[in-house]
Amino acid sequence: MSKTSLSQSKPDNLPKPKINWAKVEEAERFAEMVKLFRQGKINRDDFRRFRLQNGAYGSRMTDDYSMIRIKIPAGEVYPEQLEKIAELSESFSIGNAHVSTRQNFQLHWVALEDVSEVMRGLSEVGLTSREACGNSIRNVMCSPLAGICPDEIFDPTPYAIATARFLLRNPMNQSLPRKFKINFTCCEKHGMARIADIGLIPYKVEVNGKLQNGFKIFLGGGLGAQSFVAHQLEEFTPEEDLLYTIISVVRVYDRMGNRENMARNRMRYLVNEIGWEKFQNIVLKERAVVRATQSVVIKLEVDKTPEVLRKVSISSELPSHPQGFSRWIKSNVMKQKQPGYSVAFLTLESGDVTANQLRVIADLARDFSAEGRIRNGFAQDIVFRWVRDEDLPKLYAGLLEVGLANPGSLTMASVIGCSGTTSCNLALTNSHRLAKEVQRKFLELKLDEDDDLRSSTIKISGCPNSCGQHEIATIGFYGGGGRLGKDMYPLYTMQLGGRADEKAMLGLTCMKVPAKRVMPTILKIVEIFKSEKRDGETLDSWVHRVIDGNGGPNVKSLNDIKESLKSAVVAPTIDQDKDFYVDYGNDGSYHARTGRGECAA
Amino acid sequence: MCCLSKEKTARITTDADTLRSEIRDKSIKVLDIRKEEDYKQGHIPEAINFPLSNLLADDSPDKVLQYTQSFGIEDETSVVVYDDTFGALASRVAWTLQYIGHEDVSLLDITYGAWRRLGLETSIEMPSLNKKTHSLKLQPQILAAADYLMPAKEKGAVLVDNRERLNFLEHHIPGAINIPYRMLGSHQNILRPKEELKRLIQNRNISTGSEVITYCGSVGTLSGLGYYALKSIGLDNVKLYVRSFKEWKSLDKPIEKQSDANYWDLSAE
Repeated sequence: MSKTSLSQSKPDNLPKPKINWAKVEEAERFAEMVKLFRQGKINRDDFRRFRLQNGAYGSRMTDDYSMIRIKIPAGEVYPEQLEKIAELSESFSIGNAHVSTRQNFQLHWVALEDVSEVMRGLSEVGLTSREACGNSIRNVMCSPLAGICPDEIFDPTPYAIATARFLLRNPMNQSLPRKFKINFTCCEKHGMARIADIGLIPYKVEVNGKLQNGFKIFLGGGLGAQSFVAHQLEEFTPEEDLLYTIISVVRVYDRMGNRENMARNRMRYLVNEIGWEKFQNIVLKERAVVRATQSVVIKLEVDKTPEVLRKVSISSELPSHPQGFSRWIKSNVMKQKQPGYSVAFLTLESGDVTANQLRVIADLARDFSAEGRIRNGFAQDIVFRWVRDEDLPKLYAGLLEVGLANPGSLTMASVIGCSGTTSCNLALTNSHRLAKEVQRKFLELKLDEDDDLRSSTIKISGCPNSCGQHEIATIGFYGGGGRLGKDMYPLYTMQLGGRADEKAMLGLTCMKVPAKRVMPTILKIVEIFKSEKRDGETLDSWVHRVIDGNGGPNVKSLNDIKESLKSAVVAPTIDQDKDFYVDYGNDGSYHARTGRGECAA
Repeated sequence: MCCLSKEKTARITTDADTLRSEIRDKSIKVLDIRKEEDYKQGHIPEAINFPLSNLLADDSPDKVLQYTQSFGIEDETSVVVYDDTFGALASRVAWTLQYIGHEDVSLLDITYGAWRRLGLETSIEMPSLNKKTHSLKLQPQILAAADYLMPAKEKGAVLVDNRERLNFLEHHIPGAINIPYRMLGSHQNILRPKEELKRLIQNRNISTGSEVITYCGSVGTLSGLGYYALKSIGLDNVKLYVRSFKEWKSLDKPIEKQSDANYWDLSAE
């Protein structure tokens, strides 16, 4: 090897990852296990459980390739980690990474034999895929706006990190009845507190004349084949009870959860079956026991050291604002609660990002984020925080160079699409591509600039299992198959009116829409809304008015919407329109094909 | 005697420091595989330009021998080859020289771009060439032809496809395994350190005694790099299917694919 080195020293005021989540021995063990599995010395099911516990999902129609889910606790990613993910995606995946709706990075189509190498690479930058899949506590989420949100009471990030740290590799979390999800959020408006097993929103109350930090805790929510909105455990949970509450809920679920029926073993089914009040009582009793027996032994180690922000380059003004800048500012940028700073959201397509783009994102984080890192968002997106207002044009110009400056991130144009038939065994349709198509159309029609649509969402899943979160979308779709005579075509079920905020509700099923009619159907809904809307009314509030039966003048109910869309979704014969029978991204005719699910191990 | 000659060919890569001193000693011939216009703007001192397109226009042994002799390469001359394309083009040329019987050929372990970024000497002068004689001793044991593949596979040979993952999933020679060329190099060098390459191969249960045949999309460049990656960690029986998948398809041979999955739509490009 050459004695001369190419590596150059980087400026040393860059923040380093605070926590090393990795254990390189786990990579070595994984490589050994793959060999034993290939030699037939471990049976398929045991190996599968092991593989999932370590964050490697099987790929569509084959176990020979994995999707590796890289856990990103609280969504925080440092530049060197982004660069490592870029490198690993080029070496072992498809040169792209994917940002999930739960703030993870995912690498698809990694050969099973290389999973250990990816894990080894991740361990060099302190990242792990451990417990990212399987029957364990998944990535602990935290709002990408935590710490900067104008509406938040305090920053929940240190609590999310401490929780993730307490739970990772903790034996209590290694073989739960099924997966378990914890979401911290900043405020009522942003985040997913009500659709997780445990959702938490920072809250403060006065106790004995003193303001005390704590949380509103929500239990038993979640999206899936059957979805539920969570229940609030109690008015206020003080911060010293946070860990004991989490432990109690996990224990109760571990003890009482259904281990027989894979389709009904998430905690929300348990809550639903025994009833909320009973469940609530059991949890509170359990907590009294945990508190009495554990409180001297364990405490959540919350690192509250205030962060020292870096001085980022104060830009000299660009001579003129780059093309598209004002549209981007309007639809991708929010003011932070800290004066002088902004937060900028990147519009990805269905969460996909190339290795080269990741490297540029790493550089831009170094140059323009005073916290020197990025966060993965809740919407398959990437978020730059602590950007000085005057640096925004330069950040935009940097993004523009690598095709990352699309507008629409905080609008209806930012469409969620799960991985669908691109890699998932359960998918029936190519929801991933459809989401990209819808997003492109929205941007082409400049619908991101329409203030009436801004607060609405479109989310698409490739099957009823809701990874694309269709049930909390203003307009949500999940994939299936339709048939005319003997000919099959890709078909979605459309749901309207879902939302995840303080008025959380699941979307109501409206009608079936063939894949190739999804785009015109959405545009038709927008058109109907425009002719029906009241002064100042937004699409999502109009949808709710109609769902509640208070519509009008012409479209009064969900049924009326259905009637006005009916003619647009009629299936032509295959001779009339061959393309109708072909899903996005395919050249042959459509067949609904699925393999075994990997969610339930 | 046989062992001695093996020892000599064992140099798969040459590092920059060694190359610089060998250039100073004038004990080496250096081949630059880049395009002529790139070469003219600057190259490693004493390097002779041999654009890959010249080789691909006619890679018959006689023609290659002609080139070799015109460059002044004798049977015992040490040759180092480089490119600016992560070593794949250089590999194809190095392999071709070995195929006609030139043993002492190795790859510069960095690209020309990396050489420049290190601030090492470059030149715009063209070296003068004196024609020399070189013998022709074909080495059929490092070449695989289309008809050889399936029978060899039956007998346990490992077929390695060095194209990128998505291309491999879309279609490949039946039974081949995929080791994308991107896996072979490191941030700095055209090939990873030996211990890393060994681990990647061991993870795939390929033993050093295995017969391995590499191929890629069309002309044997990516798979040329694959060939040298395997040689570098001590696999003796490696062959290059130099006409690769392009020929395989044109012969209407059987093809395997990963079907019922839209993996292309995961790409953000």
